[in-house]
Amino acid sequence: MTKSTSAEQFGSSRVKRGLAEMLKGGVIMDVVTAAQARIAEDAGAVAVMALERVPADIRSQGGVARMSDPDLIDSIIAEVNIPVMAKARIGHFVEAQILEVLGVDYIDESEVLSPADYMNHIDKWNFTIPFVCGATNLGEALRRINEGAAMIRSKGEAGTGDVSEATKHIRTINGEIKRLTSLSRDELYVAAKELQAPYELVAEIASTGKLPVVLFTAGGVATPADAAMMMQLGADGVFVGSGIFKSGNPEQRAAAIVKAVTFYDDAKVIADVSRGLGEAMVGINVSDIPAPHLLSTRGW
Amino acid sequence: MTILSVRTRLAETAVPAGLRVGVLALQGDFREHAHVLHELGAHVDPIRRPEELDRIDGLVIPGGESSVMDKLARTFGLAEPLKAAIRGGLPVYGTCAGLIMLADTIIDGMNGQQSLGGLDIVVRRNAFGSQTASFETDLDIPVLGQQPVHAVFIRAPVVETIGVRATALATLNDGRCVAVEQGNLLGTSFHPEITGEYRFHQYFLQKVFSAAQ
Repeated sequence: MTKSTSAEQFGSSRVKRGLAEMLKGGVIMDVVTAAQARIAEDAGAVAVMALERVPADIRSQGGVARMSDPDLIDSIIAEVNIPVMAKARIGHFVEAQILEVLGVDYIDESEVLSPADYMNHIDKWNFTIPFVCGATNLGEALRRINEGAAMIRSKGEAGTGDVSEATKHIRTINGEIKRLTSLSRDELYVAAKELQAPYELVAEIASTGKLPVVLFTAGGVATPADAAMMMQLGADGVFVGSGIFKSGNPEQRAAAIVKAVTFYDDAKVIADVSRGLGEAMVGINVSDIPAPHLLSTRGW
Repeated sequence: MTILSVRTRLAETAVPAGLRVGVLALQGDFREHAHVLHELGAHVDPIRRPEELDRIDGLVIPGGESSVMDKLARTFGLAEPLKAAIRGGLPVYGTCAGLIMLADTIIDGMNGQQSLGGLDIVVRRNAFGSQTASFETDLDIPVLGQQPVHAVFIRAPVVETIGVRATALATLNDGRCVAVEQGNLLGTSFHPEITGEYRFHQYFLQKVFSAAQ
């Protein structure tokens, strides 16, 4: 037995994308306090997302939503052993620098917060810490990957408890990937132009039939059945935001969603875990939200 | 690495086809392990239920979140049959979270976290710190040949103490142990399944084949 032969390399794409690979088949839960983070870890979350207000409250209270207080993030990191993610505003590279220094494991450059830059996203290659970004379609996903995102989540419509937008976005992304695999080489140049994404990435996806990074689903997941449906539609895992801590029995609902994601194709298990969960979050129908208040249209 | 070159190398090492290898599919990167094992000619079964253990010759426990795998394994009645199978000599290879699951003792686990055990080691969970401390590097591992193994460590555990029954296969420059074997059990802190490194799985399939004889 001998020792390692080369220098260690930090922050490579493989290392950044690799953590997302390890989160697959898991549930990432929004938490706003250390006590909620404890509940999430005990229920079987693979990671927690630390933020100041869950999307449902951002939606109802209004105002500018920003990165959380570092003290809050510190308290959540101190509370749990699983990975901790935190949100920065779109384009707010200084919030991202702060989150990196705080020692979180992943940054979500998130449309749930108020954008800080309506032209540019963060140059994510500049960071050692990995980023997850939202996308409503394949072009948006590829533009984020081109900027250095190491994980993509379909956006859905956060804070609604209405899963219809999440369904639309995961179906759109996977449908567009399938379409790319059927195109000939000359057609891929046009596809890259239409997707507003680099040709090399488009060609790679046409050949592999999947994104080069992990694809989770987010935005409106409120029940075990919602989560299992996202998995059956091809998501690698699920983010649950307001759906857990805006419900009647967060502990039990969180554990039930974890089980439903593992046994996403077993209706009997999903039926069993869906019993007696108490009230789901009341929610709001996406079709009742006036267009300026939609979060999923932030980012481009 | 092309599929052709893998198949060629497989033929050279003569790992027999037809072995049934399970991959614990509760959470984590089980598809990546399944892909490597399939490329090497094994029949791969995802394992989520106790009755699925009966028909396999070996098992891989993937990378992921060890505390989640532990909870789900206990909730769905897999933990006890798995422990019994390991005691009975089932070959098992664990990567990262899988190494933690195979360790007799865990340091820095969750409240109440349990392992399946089998490897006579003490493992420290998440030994390097947050994700910004995750890294990749090359390791010399003589049992796998001269070419170094490119190893990716992601919020990885290390083997803090090696008991008399286990053997170290690789260490970092600072001397910390990151790969061990003990009889039919194999464990690595890192993830060969995501780097196109097939030699660990080949080495493991040889254990599976020997045990199946």
